[in-house]
Amino acid sequence: MKSAPFEYAAPATIGDALDILGENDPDAVKLMAGGQSLMPLLNMRLARPELVVDLGRVADLDFIRETAEGVAIGAMTTKRAVEESELIRSEFPLFWESTVAIGHPPIRNRGTVGGSMAQADPASEYPAAAIALDAELVAVSKAGERVIAAEEFFVTYLTTSLEPGEILTEVRIPRPASGTGWSFQEVARRHGDFAIVGAVATLRLEGGVVVDPRIVVFGAADRAVRMGEAEGLISGQRPAEEVFEAAANRIAAGVEDPLSDVHASEEYRRHLAVVLGGRALREAAERATREGAGA
Amino acid sequence: MTVVSPGASNESASSARPGHRIKLRVNGEAYESEVDPRMPLADYLRDVLGLTATHVGCEHGVCGVCNVLVDGRAVRSCLMLAVQADGREVRTVEGLAEGGKLHPIQEAFIEEHGLQCGFCTGGFMMALCELFEGNPHASDEEIKDVVGGQICRCTGYNAILRAAQNAAAKMGAAGS
Repeated sequence: MKSAPFEYAAPATIGDALDILGENDPDAVKLMAGGQSLMPLLNMRLARPELVVDLGRVADLDFIRETAEGVAIGAMTTKRAVEESELIRSEFPLFWESTVAIGHPPIRNRGTVGGSMAQADPASEYPAAAIALDAELVAVSKAGERVIAAEEFFVTYLTTSLEPGEILTEVRIPRPASGTGWSFQEVARRHGDFAIVGAVATLRLEGGVVVDPRIVVFGAADRAVRMGEAEGLISGQRPAEEVFEAAANRIAAGVEDPLSDVHASEEYRRHLAVVLGGRALREAAERATREGAGA
Repeated sequence: MTVVSPGASNESASSARPGHRIKLRVNGEAYESEVDPRMPLADYLRDVLGLTATHVGCEHGVCGVCNVLVDGRAVRSCLMLAVQADGREVRTVEGLAEGGKLHPIQEAFIEEHGLQCGFCTGGFMMALCELFEGNPHASDEEIKDVVGGQICRCTGYNAILRAAQNAAAKMGAAGS
């Protein structure tokens, strides 16, 4: 199981990387971030690019910066760096929790934030967290910079709204409003394996009712999907078991055309989406309640 | 500096693709080679440098037998290209023992019978090496997170966990 031959370029700047993209047929080129998804695809010859452009030597794509709005994370920042960031752990706990659920330490030592976002695996944790946290993804091209809302970024299986000639450079996560409760849930064969199904939720409580709920299910369909109807059922309601149950049950209808494979049937994935979505809502509400009591 | 070229038996050597010149250090020794871009670091270590203690199992990052340290961090050497190791410091299982004396992790695996066939053992040891050299007082949770990332198909994991805890105790005692 060895990769087919390819040419290799390791540009030192984003400008050089964009030049290389401009000079080559987009279908013949693969960008490599940490390589933890691309290398298996190459080794299994599911991908046979003529040219691999390694972003590993591009300067200035590896950073975690606190900003006025929240945090900006460079696309080539490793998951290990996110895991080891006190800022992320304390201020963006949902993103931290999503990070440590990915693979194992040797995978997180190479795998990058931008790589997972651009790979857009339907079972990947990061797209769901990005949507729940209302993150923005920054792409650069010869035409300049484009900022894409996470909800607009993930299109379908392994497909994003990045255009040929664009490179993802940064992920921006706004600081969650004070008192935000959150939850990360997933079922996998082993910790660190790809999720069979997962769900993340965020919400706040104002005057005792749920405000701005977000529920995102991943691993169930062709991409991480926000469950708008379920959110509608809980928004403005007092947190109560029947409210959570009604919202969770509505997730079943939100999971359109679920995946079915050797790991789990369509029915089981839909069942997991309902159960995990419900757990995520309950835990997020508990955290929001504690935050409110502590404040 | 040792200059090593891929052997004629290597598939990639027959490719007409231009080689990429890399310079790196492996277990403290400097090497310089010309490699085909598609060659994984694991194959470079085994087939070019002859360091066959790094085993190759699944070749897609799942099993962990090919773990090596790159600049002190454990990585799957099947998921890193040899060209990407240019300028880096690599440590393999061969680099664990020093001056004829086994590394405490190796001693612990022997004492606790943390292996049966031994195929996966090097991968466990390198992953644990990163953990314990960073923090010999790692928690059981952290140890399990590392051990859980490795696949062993003959012993079960109890003896491996005991070996890991034994190694942590040895290294903690030596360090403090």
